[in-house]
Amino acid sequence: MASAVSDVSITETKMAETEKKKVIKPLKNFPMEEYINSGHRACQGCAEVLAVRHVLKAIGPDVVMAMATGCMEIISSPYPYTSWTVPWIHIAFENAAAVASGIEAGLKALKRKKRIPDKEITILAMGGDGGTTDIGFQALSGMMERGHKIIYVCVDNEAYMNTGIQRSSSTPFGATTTTSPAGRVAPAGQMTWKKDMVAIAAAHGIPYTATACPTFYNDLQKKILKAKEVDGPSYIHILSVCPTGWRVPLHKAIEYGQLAVDTGVFPLYEVENGVWKLNRKPKELKPVVEYFKGQGRYRHLDDTLTAEIQDKITARWNRLVKMCEADKED
Amino acid sequence: MGQKVGIEVSIAAADAVGLCDVDVVAAYPITPQTHVVEHLAELCASGHLDAEFVPVESEHSAMSVCCGSAAAGARTFTATSAQGLALMAEIVYIASSMRLPMVMFLANRALSAPLSIWNDHSDTMMVRDCGWVQVFCQNGQEVYDSIFHAFKVSEDKRVSLPVMINVDGFALTHVIEPIEFWTKEMVKQYLPPFQPIHTLHPDKVVTMGAFGMPEIYTEAKKALDVALWNSGPVVVEAWNEMAKLTGRQYLPVEKYRTEEAETLILAMGSICETASLAVDEMRESGRKIGMINLRLWRPLPTEELIKALAGARDVIVLDRALTPGGANSPLTSEIRTLMYAEPNRPNIYCMVAGLGGRDVTPNDIKVMVDTALADKHTGHYIYGVRG
Repeated sequence: MASAVSDVSITETKMAETEKKKVIKPLKNFPMEEYINSGHRACQGCAEVLAVRHVLKAIGPDVVMAMATGCMEIISSPYPYTSWTVPWIHIAFENAAAVASGIEAGLKALKRKKRIPDKEITILAMGGDGGTTDIGFQALSGMMERGHKIIYVCVDNEAYMNTGIQRSSSTPFGATTTTSPAGRVAPAGQMTWKKDMVAIAAAHGIPYTATACPTFYNDLQKKILKAKEVDGPSYIHILSVCPTGWRVPLHKAIEYGQLAVDTGVFPLYEVENGVWKLNRKPKELKPVVEYFKGQGRYRHLDDTLTAEIQDKITARWNRLVKMCEADKED
Repeated sequence: MGQKVGIEVSIAAADAVGLCDVDVVAAYPITPQTHVVEHLAELCASGHLDAEFVPVESEHSAMSVCCGSAAAGARTFTATSAQGLALMAEIVYIASSMRLPMVMFLANRALSAPLSIWNDHSDTMMVRDCGWVQVFCQNGQEVYDSIFHAFKVSEDKRVSLPVMINVDGFALTHVIEPIEFWTKEMVKQYLPPFQPIHTLHPDKVVTMGAFGMPEIYTEAKKALDVALWNSGPVVVEAWNEMAKLTGRQYLPVEKYRTEEAETLILAMGSICETASLAVDEMRESGRKIGMINLRLWRPLPTEELIKALAGARDVIVLDRALTPGGANSPLTSEIRTLMYAEPNRPNIYCMVAGLGGRDVTPNDIKVMVDTALADKHTGHYIYGVRG
């Protein structure tokens, strides 16, 4: 009995402490409905599942979703369980864009032939960076070229995390993974630069493409809504911090998302009907070391390599700013 | 009754697909499948067919689009050949395991290497275990009729499985044959509208394609096996129904001059018509020989096959695919396994012939029969190797 009494007193103390902390206000205009339920098997601190949650909140219930094999598929659908409260299909790794193309074509034909009610339905395709920038690249290109009205979302955690952190073409230069370890021959770990997917998407001439990050959830939701409205394909590339794969503390995903954007490593921008526009322009970029600090995957970088990366990031940022400003003047 | 016209088999098949009022066609061009999809593209472009024609960037995407559209509840068709089937093979297995109804026209062609655009059955044998209903066609009329039959079987709620129609490349796809056409009324009478069990639609939320832990995977595969076996009676039922409508009766196992036959030739596809000519000639010279045409490859019509083969002394299987380094070639292995437990089983010989478009004449078939009966090889015998 004595121990029970003391337990109660501990709880009371804790509660008193919590009350002193800043209360987080409910977000304005933030949809309360959930379309991916809790209880899924994502790692602690996963920002990717957060991105999925925000994307679906923005679209709402009238959606059909095709998902590639990967983290988000594995965590959400161990038969007979499902986390999805929207119609969802998974076929394979490299074909989310093609499966979505089929769904779009099928629903379009059925609506035209009056076999199903004429209801506005958003088709959403989603894959990780592996399923999008590597193995699913061709299917995605086909989907964009053919002009299907589909939102394709790449949730990019910068490696094959589901299979145990192997490098992809979206892994940034200097990051170590299990297949791009740092060593005498390959001092940087990943020795290649991240594939520029938004530029590739824009080169397809699709009406809308953008980058986003769940740290900036308002920006993310706004972009999804824009994508929903355009008549044709759209491509949204979302940086999704993976504490497990990046080797950062579990509670730091949001913070690292902010740093990625504010260092210029992952700028927030969009290309709407060919017009490039920066969505967040810090007065001055933070040095990339601030972003690298605390990330296990960058721990091996020396000053020379860091300086090399900094130069490249700065150059890329300047080019992006220039492009966006040129488009603004037009 | 419909009208009989001389027409290229591929064009007729595409017309049949059009008559079925298909909703989505997704295909990637590959010889000798092209004429089918070209004609479908024309039908869509001219407005004769109200369907979405999705000109995909690969066969892998063709099958993926088909999975998406079938899951959305649309009547779905694709066509391919050899390398195309190889590329889509991953998704071919998924379509059946997820019980997605669709029809595939497979213009049978040899697999590379060396690259060959010509006919054999190595492509279809590569996906033998894919869990689809698989039928073979002997002539153009069969190909045409098979389209209606395939949609009916595939979309039947008791089946809900994809159906593959095997059509010998060039030997059938590119020949002009007299074909009796169906009328729209006949199709309407025969083929009910597609009413899928589950579809992807926000009004009724479903999750499709969940992953299977070890405790469920075996059960899922067992379910597919049961579903495929159960499709057998539906396949036959749909053929019987067609017979009432067209007067043409198809059977899973067809016999040709098998009365009192000591020797039987067993084959699938267009080679059967050639074999029947050889049988005629050999019968004329007094030999007791007949032919078995196996039309339904999956699910295998085991009872009918056993009944058809049990009385014979020798069975010569004409295999149009090779199993390098294996016990025997695919069709022969299947027949041997089936007959193993039969007390009065015949001798079963394998003749691999017609690979990569090598012509097989009635005379070749006579030579193969004689060779098999004289040599009594237990393994596969590759007929006609030069040098």
